[in-house]
Amino acid sequence: MPVTYAQAVRRALVDAALADPAVIFMAEGAHDPVPVFGTLPTPADGIVAERIIEMPTSENAIVGAAIGAALAGKRPVVTFHRVEFALLAAEQIINNAAKMEFISNGRHKVPMLLRLVVGRGWGQGPVHAQSLESLFAAIPGLTVAMPATAHDAYAMTRQALRGDGPVVLIEHRWCHGLTGEIDYDDRSDAFAGPVRISEGDALTIVATGYMTVEARRAADALQKLGRGPDVFDMRTLRPFKAHPIIESVDRTHALLTIDTGHVSYGIGAEIIARCAEHDGPLLLVRRLGLADHPVSSSRHLIAGQYPDARAIFRAAADMLDLHDADETEHVPASPIDQPDPTFTGPF
Amino acid sequence: MTDLYRSMLRIRMVEQAIAARYGEGKMRCPIHLSIGQEAVAVGVAAALRPDDRVLSSHRCHAHYLACGGDLKAMVAELHGLPTGCNGGRGGSMHLQGGQLVASLPIVGSAIPLAVGMALADKLDGSDRVTVVFFGDAAVEEGAFHEAMNLAAVKRLRVLFVCEDNDRSIWTPLEKRQPQGFLMESGLSRGIYTDACSGFNVQLIGNMTFGALARVRGSAGPAMLVCDTYRWAEHCGPNERSDPEDWPLTDPFRDFNPPSKMVAEITAEIDEAFAACQ
Repeated sequence: MPVTYAQAVRRALVDAALADPAVIFMAEGAHDPVPVFGTLPTPADGIVAERIIEMPTSENAIVGAAIGAALAGKRPVVTFHRVEFALLAAEQIINNAAKMEFISNGRHKVPMLLRLVVGRGWGQGPVHAQSLESLFAAIPGLTVAMPATAHDAYAMTRQALRGDGPVVLIEHRWCHGLTGEIDYDDRSDAFAGPVRISEGDALTIVATGYMTVEARRAADALQKLGRGPDVFDMRTLRPFKAHPIIESVDRTHALLTIDTGHVSYGIGAEIIARCAEHDGPLLLVRRLGLADHPVSSSRHLIAGQYPDARAIFRAAADMLDLHDADETEHVPASPIDQPDPTFTGPF
Repeated sequence: MTDLYRSMLRIRMVEQAIAARYGEGKMRCPIHLSIGQEAVAVGVAAALRPDDRVLSSHRCHAHYLACGGDLKAMVAELHGLPTGCNGGRGGSMHLQGGQLVASLPIVGSAIPLAVGMALADKLDGSDRVTVVFFGDAAVEEGAFHEAMNLAAVKRLRVLFVCEDNDRSIWTPLEKRQPQGFLMESGLSRGIYTDACSGFNVQLIGNMTFGALARVRGSAGPAMLVCDTYRWAEHCGPNERSDPEDWPLTDPFRDFNPPSKMVAEITAEIDEAFAACQ
């Protein structure tokens, strides 16, 4: 039975907590009537109330305390409603969570799961809608992933809470409403890396998070023109196992990457660099993502800033010399500030 | 009592040996010596239960030795050797060993971790205490205030120990904080706060015993502030160029170490360094 991505996250957290008493939840708003967009468990799920811990508005201390609790044998799940809140805890994440195992020469482990939600739309604006995965992906010692499907949301969350290292899962808010089937028995490595979600020979498209949805729409349109692409869901940013993408670009010789964040220093930059280092054919490459300025609140000011299926189609078509292919003809429009027309806020 | 002085003397002699040999260029990492501050480390450590935990900062040598860290592993770590307590990965600023879980050099960084360990202990129904040592400058960090607030509101068994040596590198306390703020940071939060001279190891030990009993019994944090003095420069082997009150404030002012004790410790130190040549 298909469930939403949000339900999948919640189910994974509940299942992990029921399976392992060391799992604890730390969040501002952990005791809200609907905690963290409905993704956090409550005592009604059969979890002892003491393990769901309401925290003060102290992001640095929340993460630092989670690290300390992890050193002491717990498996803390820290959730921030927005990626931006984690910036206040950057020192703890980068210097302690990511490095304690290394610095201690293996003596200490930090089995912490840090969930960060990327906002977008509904006027959330410059500091509530950023997609900052590049910052975290750049740090050795972290596992950093962007589940884009309900199944991956479930599987990555479960695996994170079985492992012994710090994991950062970046959940795009627009993915929370996507539905999908979960294979509850799948024990393959959830962090194994890029997976092909659409097949073709014309070019290689790699997307993350919600952009996989838009990339698929563009791929369908290209397929109808007989120029279907390989589309990859990047899934895990660190560690980055590039070989499926490299195998694809060795065939297609053309690579289009789509960031949910900024183009500059984005995930696409790393994908292209890794392909460029590979001793293969010369590639035609292009990146889509946000331009080099913050994103405004007003929906009138953000037209054209977020890549959508039409923009992806346009970029791919140009790379394939299909300059006359009209994206407005072949690809349906996507709303600019809501994932689905039924979404009416507040966030 | 002799044990306490022996422990302090050992720390003093180790630190002096590091300072004397630093110029040989074999210990190639920043060092933040604890000469003059031995009594706080030893006095607090003496009051701990074996299952209590300790966290420290860059100035961790005294805490490491007082809390049961292995001397050979410490000297090897300063030499960057695989036999070091961190395998050479951390150096002087990251020592771990004995009851010292970790030393984190970014000022204030260890303080939230201590609160987290105490949070885990509360969930496990344990009355063990987590002690975190920090300097006067850490009280200016946001992380300190967040952590104190969290420990207070969740009633966690953390002992916050502030070694006030008045200096943040060169800058004196009066230029960085309003007067009396150190103790106020605990008192204003309803946290049991005590203070004593950081030069009298017995006073420190007694104060810590009392604080730990309260923390274990009442299940809430406590804060200790010890007035102390850093003999060396902030970072490096040399005596500081702006000495004040020294040697009046030397914890060893009233102690004449027996020559046998000195000889034993000297041999132990020489052996530790010899293993690194």
